[in-house]
Amino acid sequence: MIRVTRRYHFPAAHVLRHPSFSDAENERVYGKCANPAGHGHNYGVEVTVAGPVDEGSGRVVDPDALDAIVSRRVIARFSHRLLNEDAAFARLVPTAENLARVVHDELLAPISRLGAARLARVRVLETRKNSFAYGDPE
Amino acid sequence: MVRITRAIEFSASLRYRLPGISEAENRRRFGARAARHGHNYRLEVTLRGEPDPVTGMVMDLKDLQEVLDREIMQRFDHRDLNDDTPFFEKLPPTPENLVRRIRELLAPALPEGMLDRLRLQQDADLWVELVEAEGRP
Repeated sequence: MIRVTRRYHFPAAHVLRHPSFSDAENERVYGKCANPAGHGHNYGVEVTVAGPVDEGSGRVVDPDALDAIVSRRVIARFSHRLLNEDAAFARLVPTAENLARVVHDELLAPISRLGAARLARVRVLETRKNSFAYGDPE
Repeated sequence: MVRITRAIEFSASLRYRLPGISEAENRRRFGARAARHGHNYRLEVTLRGEPDPVTGMVMDLKDLQEVLDREIMQRFDHRDLNDDTPFFEKLPPTPENLVRRIRELLAPALPEGMLDRLRLQQDADLWVELVEAEGRP
């Protein structure tokens, strides 16, 4: 089995506030990320796919097909947007942890339809100092 | 048990090419990768083992670097993967195939059972990993 990881990038804005918290609680829990006007990041998303190498193509996954799925389902959806306005975050605070799970769940089925490979992990890089992984351990 | 990782970087040219098909068919199948291009590869080699009780080392990094120079750098650095190596006459030099060839070269050249994983990075946004404990690739 081989793991293949492809990294993608998109800029987006978010606001971290829980609807049932008071303003003071939101500021205590989320700090400067609770600024109601929002802030943004250059997000990176690492998509790791694991499986056997197809001997015909020499590939675990067709990278162009993977790019097309991520482009349509993740980049087009979140790039240059306010994450809070996405349906996935209607009742979910758009932390990078939650973004990693949303992206994972969005990619799981379409990647499984590409062939024998499966989605093993999604890592969201929020800044150069923070990253958030959901799925298989390293 | 301790894991140690040594990285090397090599630059090579390549094109995806299968024998017995026309250039046009090859181009249709592999797109831009059918044309000669190149990458700055980064290979991270991770070994696992108990540090020697006297030296405190799992493996002397000088010895590891010698193996990597002999088995990898001399074969691949500033070479053409198709024309200068025998590995890709029948297989396209995808990162998956290249990391499998690298494993076949390194496993017998390293102390028995010490290889833990290989991570081969083709560019900033694409890499492959081969973990020994996860079975035959």
